[in-house]
Amino acid sequence: MAGEVKTKLSKNLLRMKFMQRGLDSQTKKLLEEEEKKIISEEHWYLDLPDLKEKESFIIEERSFMPCEDLLYGRMSFKGFNPEVEKLMIQMNSKCKEEEIEVDDKMEADVSDEEMARRYETLVGTIGKKFLRKRDQRVLQDEDEDGDSNARPSKKAKKKFLKPQD
Amino acid sequence: MAAGSGAPAESCVGQVVLPGDVLLLPAHPEDDGERLRLGAGAAPRGRLLCGPGLRRCPTGLLVTKCGLLRHRPAGGGAAGAAGGAYWVDSQQKRYVPVKGDHVIGIVTAKAGDVFKLDVGGSEQASLSYLAFEGATKRNRPNVQVGDLIYGQFLVANKDMEPEMVCIDSSGRSSGMGLIGQDGFLFKVSLGLIRKLLAPKCEIIQELSQLYPFELVLGMNGRIWVKAKTVQQTLIIVNILEACEYMTAEQRKQALAKLSGN
Repeated sequence: MAGEVKTKLSKNLLRMKFMQRGLDSQTKKLLEEEEKKIISEEHWYLDLPDLKEKESFIIEERSFMPCEDLLYGRMSFKGFNPEVEKLMIQMNSKCKEEEIEVDDKMEADVSDEEMARRYETLVGTIGKKFLRKRDQRVLQDEDEDGDSNARPSKKAKKKFLKPQD
Repeated sequence: MAAGSGAPAESCVGQVVLPGDVLLLPAHPEDDGERLRLGAGAAPRGRLLCGPGLRRCPTGLLVTKCGLLRHRPAGGGAAGAAGGAYWVDSQQKRYVPVKGDHVIGIVTAKAGDVFKLDVGGSEQASLSYLAFEGATKRNRPNVQVGDLIYGQFLVANKDMEPEMVCIDSSGRSSGMGLIGQDGFLFKVSLGLIRKLLAPKCEIIQELSQLYPFELVLGMNGRIWVKAKTVQQTLIIVNILEACEYMTAEQRKQALAKLSGN
C-alpha cells in the first residue's frame, strides 16, 4: 500500500530551497524557465511587428565645430598671456598631429647622445659600490697598473703591524 | 508650392537653399546585393555628417534653415568625420545652445550650489560650483555676480535647461573657467564668430601683427578683448565689429592707417 500511493507534495513546497538542493542543474533550469513564462504571460506587452532598424549612415549634428574644424576660442598674441599661448598650440595641435612630433623633439633638455654617454660611466661607478672588498682591491690594482710607478709602495698589501713593545 | 521631388545634394553646394528643400544623396548600396560585392575590406562610404540646418528624411536630407549649402569632402583623416559633411551656412544673431559649444556666460545669480549664467539663449544656463578644476565642497571657486565665464555646454536641448561646465571629460580645465579682470565684452553675429574661428583666418592674422592682446571668442556671439591700454582695446573692438561688412582691401587700408599712426 505504501508503495502505490505517493503523498503528493504541493508546487510551493517543491519550489522551496531545501527541496531543490537535490535536483540536477538541468531540472533547476527548467523550473526557472517555467516560472519566467508564468510571469511573462501576466505582463502586458506591445504586440507590434519588429521594425527593421535601418542602418543609417547619416549622423545628425547640430554643432558647427566638427563641420568646419573651428579653432580653439581663447587666443593670445605677442606674448600677452603665455599660458593661453601654450594652450593654443596644445588644443589646435590635437586636430593636426604633425606639430606634436615637433614639440616632443624640442622638449628634450639633454640630447640622446649625452644620455648614452652618461649611462656608460654611471653604470660603472654605481656598480663599484656594490662589489665585495676583495673585488674592490682587484679593481684598484687594475686601475693603477696603468698609472706611473710612483705608487707601488702605497699599493703593497697592508700587513698587520705588530705593535712593538 | 513647387516643392519638387528634390535635387541631388552635390549640385546645390554653394547655392542658396530654402527650408523645405529636399536634397537627394547619391544612391547608397541597397541592402544585401551590393554589400556582398564590396566584400569585407571596403567600408562603403563612411558616415555622412548632417550638420546644422539639415535633417535626415527618408529620401535624403531636408533643409530646415535658409542659407548657402556647404560641403566638406570625405577623407579628412585625423581632422574629422571620415565621410563627407553637409551643412547650411546661415546668418543668425540669436544663439541657440548646442551641446559641446564653448561660450562666454555672464553670472547673473548664485543660487546655493549653482550659478545662473546668461548665455544669450532663451533660458539661463546653470553651472555647478563643482564643475571647475580643483573645486571641492570646501574649496569653492571665487565667482561673483557679474563675472565672465568661459565654459562648454554639457546638456543643451529644447526640453531641458542648459547646463554648463568648466572642465572637460578628463577633469582638466583646458583654458575654461573664470575670465580675468579688465577687458571688454561685446556682441557680434554668429556668422562672424565662425569666420574668425576658421583655421587661417586673415582678420586674426592681420590683427595679431598690430599689438599684443588677448582674445576670447564664444560661440554665442560674444567676444572678450584685452590689450595693454584702453585705446588699443577699443581699436581692436572697432575693427572686429566692422570687419564683418568690410572687404579685404578696406580692412587692409584701415589696419595700415593704424599701424602707421
